[in-house]
Amino acid sequence: MSKSDILNTIRRGLGRGVPSDAERQQVLARIERHERNLIPMRAQGSEAEIQTLFIEMAKEAAAEVIELPTLQALPVAVSQWLQAANIPDLVMASDAELKSLDWSVLHPIVQHERVALAGDLASLTLAFMGIAETGTLMLYSRKESPTTLNFLPDNHLVVLKRQDIVGVYEEAWARVRNLSPGQLPRTVNMITGPSRSADIEQRLQMGAHGPRALTIFLIG
Amino acid sequence: MLDNNKQPVIGLFVTCLADLYRPEVVFASIKLLEAAGCRVEVPQSQTCCGQPAFNTGDFSNTADIARLTITALEGYEYVVGPSGSCIGMLHHYPELFQPEDPWHARALALKARAFEITSFLVDVLQFSNIQSQFKGKVTYHDSCSGLRELGIKQQPRALLSQIEGVELTEMEESETCCGFGGTFCVKYADISNRMVGNKTDNVAKTGAQTLLGGDLGCLLNMAGKLQREGKDVQVRHVVEVLADQLSHPALGESAYHLGKSL
Amino acid sequence: MQITSPQFKENARIALTDVGLQKALGNVKTGFPQKRANAVARLPEFDQLRDQGRDLKNHIIANLDIYLEEFEANVIKNGGHVHWCRTSEDARQTILKICQDKGAKTVTKGKSMVTEEINLNEHLEANGITPIETDLGEYILQLRGEHPSHIIAPAIHLNLEDVSETFHAHHNKPKSMDPAVLMQEAREELRARFVAADVGITGANFLVAETGSSIIVTNEGNGDLTQTLPKTHIVVTSIEKVVPTLEDMTLFLRLLARSATGQEFTVYNTLSTGPKRPEDQDGPEDYHVVLVDNGRSDMVGGELQDMLRCIRCAACMNHCPVYGAIGGHSYGWVYPGPMGSVLTPQMIGIEKAALLPNASTFCGKCESVCPVHIPLPKLMRHWRKNEFERHLTPKAARWGIKTWAFFAKRPSLYRLLSQTSNRMLRLLGGKKGRIHKLPMVSGWTDHRDMPVPSSKTFMQQWNEKQKAGH
Repeated sequence: MSKSDILNTIRRGLGRGVPSDAERQQVLARIERHERNLIPMRAQGSEAEIQTLFIEMAKEAAAEVIELPTLQALPVAVSQWLQAANIPDLVMASDAELKSLDWSVLHPIVQHERVALAGDLASLTLAFMGIAETGTLMLYSRKESPTTLNFLPDNHLVVLKRQDIVGVYEEAWARVRNLSPGQLPRTVNMITGPSRSADIEQRLQMGAHGPRALTIFLIG
Repeated sequence: MLDNNKQPVIGLFVTCLADLYRPEVVFASIKLLEAAGCRVEVPQSQTCCGQPAFNTGDFSNTADIARLTITALEGYEYVVGPSGSCIGMLHHYPELFQPEDPWHARALALKARAFEITSFLVDVLQFSNIQSQFKGKVTYHDSCSGLRELGIKQQPRALLSQIEGVELTEMEESETCCGFGGTFCVKYADISNRMVGNKTDNVAKTGAQTLLGGDLGCLLNMAGKLQREGKDVQVRHVVEVLADQLSHPALGESAYHLGKSL
Repeated sequence: MQITSPQFKENARIALTDVGLQKALGNVKTGFPQKRANAVARLPEFDQLRDQGRDLKNHIIANLDIYLEEFEANVIKNGGHVHWCRTSEDARQTILKICQDKGAKTVTKGKSMVTEEINLNEHLEANGITPIETDLGEYILQLRGEHPSHIIAPAIHLNLEDVSETFHAHHNKPKSMDPAVLMQEAREELRARFVAADVGITGANFLVAETGSSIIVTNEGNGDLTQTLPKTHIVVTSIEKVVPTLEDMTLFLRLLARSATGQEFTVYNTLSTGPKRPEDQDGPEDYHVVLVDNGRSDMVGGELQDMLRCIRCAACMNHCPVYGAIGGHSYGWVYPGPMGSVLTPQMIGIEKAALLPNASTFCGKCESVCPVHIPLPKLMRHWRKNEFERHLTPKAARWGIKTWAFFAKRPSLYRLLSQTSNRMLRLLGGKKGRIHKLPMVSGWTDHRDMPVPSSKTFMQQWNEKQKAGH
């Protein structure tokens, strides 16, 4: 059988047999500790520095960042963005926080709450966190926020609250683990700028298979 | 820094290419070491570092040659040679012996005492009294073993900068391999040719009259290519310039040619 | 794919005269190394991270069985399946069976070198299942019937004209020379395929033991569509990809993008954990991880163990002057460049791959940029040793080195040999100071002159001087 064959070959190479319970526990204990490796200094500044860094890095990765004072300002900003882009439809995540807003201003833009379909032009989702180190958004799949919203539409609009910006990935992992102890969501996405490819002559082109544009509405 | 009252005794590692092709490089090295206050001896039982056997995979002969070399170079405070590649090979010797083998400890001891010439002058002796009448525009090729195994980069430049007449123009990709690679240049002649062609293009682009480097293998390769291409660049080992030993022709040139170019 | 590693020299010779290839290879040399250098310069801790990466990988290998079993347990806990495959054949059969059980007609694929390694596409096609490569580079190659020449930039051997012609031939669209337009064509062509596929196959950059997750790292988003849209997601990956925790994965993510493309971070880093949850509106209903061994477990505890640290960033080939001269196809199998010259002999046999570990000047550039400090020259030298011991080294080279060593072990004879060679070379060089043609070393003199010695050997001159002085 392949499994035992593989494991036995590994063990032979390591010069030992099946690990004892103690040996196994020692290794598993290392997992339990969630030890952090070296974390670069770059994103370990003050809260303000971290937020500035996030914006800088996200822009460097070709994301658009639109700062809004409150969540209530979102519908108007989204509406303006879609109108400027001449997009008549928006597929939205159905998180309560988003749904509680007054979206009537979108009219005549049509609003959908569903998974994304091929041909969708724009989606709006809520980011779980922003990671300043590289201007990265973290999103995760759940009933209200299907993963296809993050990849199929041509334009991905993401709402991020300023207080959800952390410096480094490690802080985000600590919070992801708490979402549902013992199990990660089916999909955790880290997204840094819009889709791109340099597969033709190493010349960078934006908008390969994922969204051509990534717009972050930064709240607060 | 060395103890000022004590004259360090150097066991010179001649290296076979310098012995065979370019004795002037060895004499220049001796001159530099003596100018820096060292006493230089030439151990007679040395041959080659063994790198050709090592890189062909013949570890048994390599280990035999290593034992011979270790023995030949024992008893000297320092071992110095005009090649990053050969000295780099001495630094590989411990890999040839099991840690419990007494030769392992002897190999480690040699490694600790073995230095390439420019690195020895700068890093160990902190020598800063280069006297040379050389004048001209030069460029410098960083040979791979010296650069990446021994960290030789600034040392030859620091020494060259002490010569008023030297104008150093760095070439593009000075750290990229010239394609020599020992037997590689014969076994994979086509690939090697492309690599050395890239190198001579980069050399020519600097407009330098002289190409310098610290390893004769690479220098012979580049000199041969420059000459085949008819590019008018003289090739010398850096110690020839540092020691002001320039009365002999550059690599691959004859006395006759030298007379013409002067 | 057909193995042409035994014809490495001939492949290389052709590659060196291939004008289009040479033009395309110029893009490697000017692009990746500079981008990596810039990214490294921006992160002062980069070298410390490399050291930690090496140490962590060593720790993982030393406990590989434990981490793999923990990973498996957590995949199962999340409702997924793990398949252990000792050989390529095991892996092909396993994947085919999953596809057949689902009645799959088409399979979309994210970029995966392991599926190249196990010849998956040919096997699926032979069994009536259509694999569709979705990475732009891989898609171009599939249309052309070619294989990747680089592990992260598969179509790097092609020029814009090539892609333009290929798309024109397959897309029924006006011919374009604008890369943006070409990419748009691929996007449109593939959109419907993403949606229609029955199974999505991706690789994994890492497997997280703690959570039972696989992670893929892509810039295009094709991998995400591949693993989200079809009803079945199969992760085809290899056993050394496992890491203990999310924090450990993070260490390697910090190294990977910078080493590979010189990006601060790749656009999409996506963790997949099991199949979709009951409340999820999208995502696959089945999640399979196919763990491929294919010779890797045999490397544990052996001289090649360090190679198991490899995170497939391609920095070694991006910086290799040999790869830069001849491109990836010359190596004749899936993995090119320095990492390939170490791995290929392990996977297809040293008899077939004997030329690869020798095709290096040992310039050491690969090792100097490796994010996990794999001593690639040392490992290539290990293969050379293996070849020498097994008499695979060409006879002439073997005889030559043994004869030479005979002299090198006898100082007085060696002296004599040097003196004789010195005199002969000077004779041959005559007044010119160099030799234009010397049949014994035509490899040298076909392309360059051979400088001849300037005077008698150093040892002769030194000993004469010593004698005269005393």
